[in-house]
Amino acid sequence: MLRPRIIPCLLVHKGGLVKTVGFDKPKYVGDPLNAVRIFNEKEVDELMVVDIDATRQQREPDYALIAKLAAECRMPLAYGGGVHTVEQFERLISLGVEKVAASAAAVADLGLITRAAERVGGQSVVVVVDVRKKGKGYEVFTHNGTRATGLDAVDFARRAEAAGVGEIVVNSIDRDGQMKGYDLDLVRLVRNAVSCPLTVLGGAGSLADVGALVGEFGTIGAAAGSVFVFKGVYRAVLINYPARKDKDALVAAAVGRG
Amino acid sequence: MITIVDYGVGNVQALANIYKRLEIPCLLAKSAAELAGASHVILPGVGAFDWAMARLQASGMREALDDLVKVQGKPVLGICVGMQMMARGSDEGQLPGLGWFDAHVHRFDEAKFTSRTHLPHMGWNDVEPVRTDGLLRDLGSDARFYFLHSYYFAPNDPADVLATTVYGERFACAVQRSNVHGAQFHPEKSHGWGIQLLKNFAGL
Repeated sequence: MLRPRIIPCLLVHKGGLVKTVGFDKPKYVGDPLNAVRIFNEKEVDELMVVDIDATRQQREPDYALIAKLAAECRMPLAYGGGVHTVEQFERLISLGVEKVAASAAAVADLGLITRAAERVGGQSVVVVVDVRKKGKGYEVFTHNGTRATGLDAVDFARRAEAAGVGEIVVNSIDRDGQMKGYDLDLVRLVRNAVSCPLTVLGGAGSLADVGALVGEFGTIGAAAGSVFVFKGVYRAVLINYPARKDKDALVAAAVGRG
Repeated sequence: MITIVDYGVGNVQALANIYKRLEIPCLLAKSAAELAGASHVILPGVGAFDWAMARLQASGMREALDDLVKVQGKPVLGICVGMQMMARGSDEGQLPGLGWFDAHVHRFDEAKFTSRTHLPHMGWNDVEPVRTDGLLRDLGSDARFYFLHSYYFAPNDPADVLATTVYGERFACAVQRSNVHGAQFHPEKSHGWGIQLLKNFAGL
């Protein structure tokens, strides 16, 4: 059985790892390499690393750091942040990253996704769609949620899939850091619109929230930041992840319920 | 020594790190000369089929690799696209493959999928061994590995199949023909199961 993927998402800011709330208020949570080593021991399904400075500062991805992370990871690694050319996709893949994500650059030109997929294969090309609720739908934002695009999230996801993307990560800015559960209405809309792998980010506050997502959608990516870096109501920094048997039990219970 | 073909495609460093952790010497080869002394060869690969084939060709290691595998009979392990390259060709590209297997690489038939998620096949899936010796020794009863692909390797001789996985249909996720081995999944990204498989390969 192809299992749902439970994915810690790490944000890189000024060379350290942070966790944000509503894409704001970055709180330092640790050193990236050290976090990867801990997640290795915890046998996480996948890891997502997003450099939240690169696009805003119009700079290149930190290749030296990414190479170190990719070499250290004994699980697949997806990287996003500051990616806007096919050459960057190629370079990041050659560093050992399994998947490379674009966001603002994909919004500007979905042709980039098509060209990148031709070069590195569609399976390694990810589009991250940052969204805010707007009326009955959702609007796509870029540059860490600072720029509204006027694009409808579902329509954009559909066009990204047609462009050849291998995975869509839909990220709710409204729910970021809230720890009150995923926006399942948003997931329903996007899931019904595309058939490529979908990963959801934003809002998970507990493993029960992950269970609720998997229960309704089955094989899906459940990504989260806060859940895996904070412990307790005071948000003490503690990297954590369910043990294999607990994860299997969570998935079995959720799928059985679904 | 275990030698990883470093032609700019695939995660050579993750493989090297696992062997370092296992205290098994290994080497990254960027040239035919560096490849020459290999006792075991690993051919990694990610990306599109033609891109990977073209980079291997451009690396200048293609002939040395053929010699090690076909003439000297050294154990070789192709990973992901590295496995697919061992076929005669792929639906994904125009270039001929290495042709070490009588096999072709096909795209999954999305008409056969019942789930809401189609391609690529992405994530952790069960690997069901046909044989539990050699490459697949001591993997335990619930071996699972990380997959990331939209094309699958289809050998014409069923005797080449070492393990299968179900995604829409059952396909050969690991193959072997004498000294030549292939794994569609990523052992270097599959925690303890992958480490065991890479250890097994070193012992062949």
